[in-house]
Amino acid sequence: MNHDDVLLNVRGLKTYFYTLDGIAKAVDGMSFYLDKGETLAIVGESGCGKSITALSIMGLVPQPAGKIVNGKIYLNNDDILEYPESKMQDIRGDKIAMIFQEPMTSLNPLMTVGSQISEMILRHRRVTKKESWERSVSMLEKVQIPSPGRRAKDYPHQLSGGMRQRVMIAIALSCNPQILIADEPTTALDVTIQAQILDLMLRLKQDYETSILMITHDLGVVAEVAQRIIVMYAGKIIEEGNVFSIFENPRHPYTKALLKSIPKFGNRTEHGREPLQEITGIVPNLYKLGSGCSFCPRCKEAMDICKIKDVGLTDLGNGHRVRCLLCKSKREE
Amino acid sequence: MEPILEVTDLKVHFPIKKGIFAQTKGYVYAVDGVSFTLNKGETLGVVGESGCGKTTTGMAVLQLLDITSGKIVFNGKDISDISKMPFDEVIDFRKKVQIIFQDPFSSLNPRMTIEHIIGDPMRIHKMFGEKEIKERVAYLMEKTGLRPGQAGRYPHEFSGGQRQRIGIARALSMGPEIIIADEPVSALDVSIQAQIINLLVELQEEFDLSYIFIAHDLAVVEHICDRIAVMYLGKIVEMASYEELFLNPRHPYTKALFSAIPIADPRAKKDRTLLEGDVPSPRHPPSGCSFHPRCPECFKTCNIDDPVLRNMGNDHFVACHLYNRH
Repeated sequence: MNHDDVLLNVRGLKTYFYTLDGIAKAVDGMSFYLDKGETLAIVGESGCGKSITALSIMGLVPQPAGKIVNGKIYLNNDDILEYPESKMQDIRGDKIAMIFQEPMTSLNPLMTVGSQISEMILRHRRVTKKESWERSVSMLEKVQIPSPGRRAKDYPHQLSGGMRQRVMIAIALSCNPQILIADEPTTALDVTIQAQILDLMLRLKQDYETSILMITHDLGVVAEVAQRIIVMYAGKIIEEGNVFSIFENPRHPYTKALLKSIPKFGNRTEHGREPLQEITGIVPNLYKLGSGCSFCPRCKEAMDICKIKDVGLTDLGNGHRVRCLLCKSKREE
Repeated sequence: MEPILEVTDLKVHFPIKKGIFAQTKGYVYAVDGVSFTLNKGETLGVVGESGCGKTTTGMAVLQLLDITSGKIVFNGKDISDISKMPFDEVIDFRKKVQIIFQDPFSSLNPRMTIEHIIGDPMRIHKMFGEKEIKERVAYLMEKTGLRPGQAGRYPHEFSGGQRQRIGIARALSMGPEIIIADEPVSALDVSIQAQIINLLVELQEEFDLSYIFIAHDLAVVEHICDRIAVMYLGKIVEMASYEELFLNPRHPYTKALFSAIPIADPRAKKDRTLLEGDVPSPRHPPSGCSFHPRCPECFKTCNIDDPVLRNMGNDHFVACHLYNRH
């Protein structure tokens, strides 16, 4: 994978948490890349390590329990894991910005939204306070907040959930970052508001030529916004490919089962009600991961060897990679 | 079909109290004139965005809230004012109408074992002897897909999906006729949701239950419900069978809601009607039709008259002036 336009390249990232209960391998050997102008989605259930992957890139892994024990994260061919904190602070917000899931808790309740946006601009750009305020107002206008001049003086509690998420997007995009990491940006919102926010993100992405790393568990959202998808399970990539190969030709039993387990709107009206395909068992405990494939206890197609053998990612061509013994051919990694 | 629950013009207004003498400064019109019927063995879905009053409707039916006005009839008995009912009828009603909560983490007492969580309601109501209660707990755990051997454990030892099963077993322990399920799967992981949905469908047939299924996920609602009521700002704007509603949505809000759902199919191209703005505050609902400030098809009567829910044939009810013109 030697494209010229790789923006972010993550190699063998391992982020572990050292706690009293033992070591949790939250992210266990992730390797992926993000191209310029692309939207990559990381999908998985809670606890699979998708948010920790994002925090690792941002250099925001909760300390002291969490630690990046191995791996490299290249931003424009520079390993940002080697950077000192002061340099990371220059990058955060300027080159890589992040939108968090909870618009209620991720804004400062004691600052007006306008000053929260200008704070970011003042940190990264050489502008006067007045200029930064004007840019904040124009950012609020870009995220389609009505009467932005007045709204900039509002505090977060005066805004609705959807408006707060717009403010978060305005903060994130205020310095025109190369990468926007969105961690479940619409999970806390209602569907009609979710549609507005997704529409806004995709439009701004084009205007600003930003790459988006979208983290979500909602396969519907993924199908709408992403070009490429990474499916994570228990800290590892289990399948990766473009949106069409994942949705139309999923190869990993987990991906297949996940796609079949969600009810599709209109399916019952058109085909009658069939029981949903269940994935038996529960998401594995990260403290007690044994050897072998971690999906094996829930897998319908598991073989005896799956319990013992750790399996690497198999390249199926066309950027489609899968971690399953059923799909063994030429190996990568 | 025999109705088991009839709700007529239900209103729940919460007073806003302010100032030193806690004077009432206004009302939150959480539920503002909701009427529906639940038939025996049927699942009625209630969908809408947050703040539309769907949970308040459920709580009002359960008589966990004081209703402002309206009439609720359960099995032919008027239960609108529970304080005026004879005690044994109240007890009977409490047993027959049960609830499953959204969050399986906060709805189970962490200091009680599963045996107590499921068995204590039966002890309180003195429904069975101690030996029988033990047997019934084991039976209910088995029915809901739990291992009866785990009855001595505490809630924290279970995963989210298992805890939701415990909540379901607790609701079933009373031998209910109606179960109000308030977003029972939205707090669960995707791979676990299917298990709980299938379980609810199986239990409905086996125990002859009627469900009021409150949710915001339309795909789940379509899968599970026989009839669906769409709520907006304290009112039902459209109500029809799941097929009728899916094939032929009439209210502009329903249409917008449908088009806003992300579809898990990358080739599905759709022209989306994006709604502008947010849901208005139920404290100051707009005049006329409460949807008119966001409605793409709004015309001049919409901000004056409040449309009533009318049967358009085929038991498809819509509250919209677009269908009143002729």
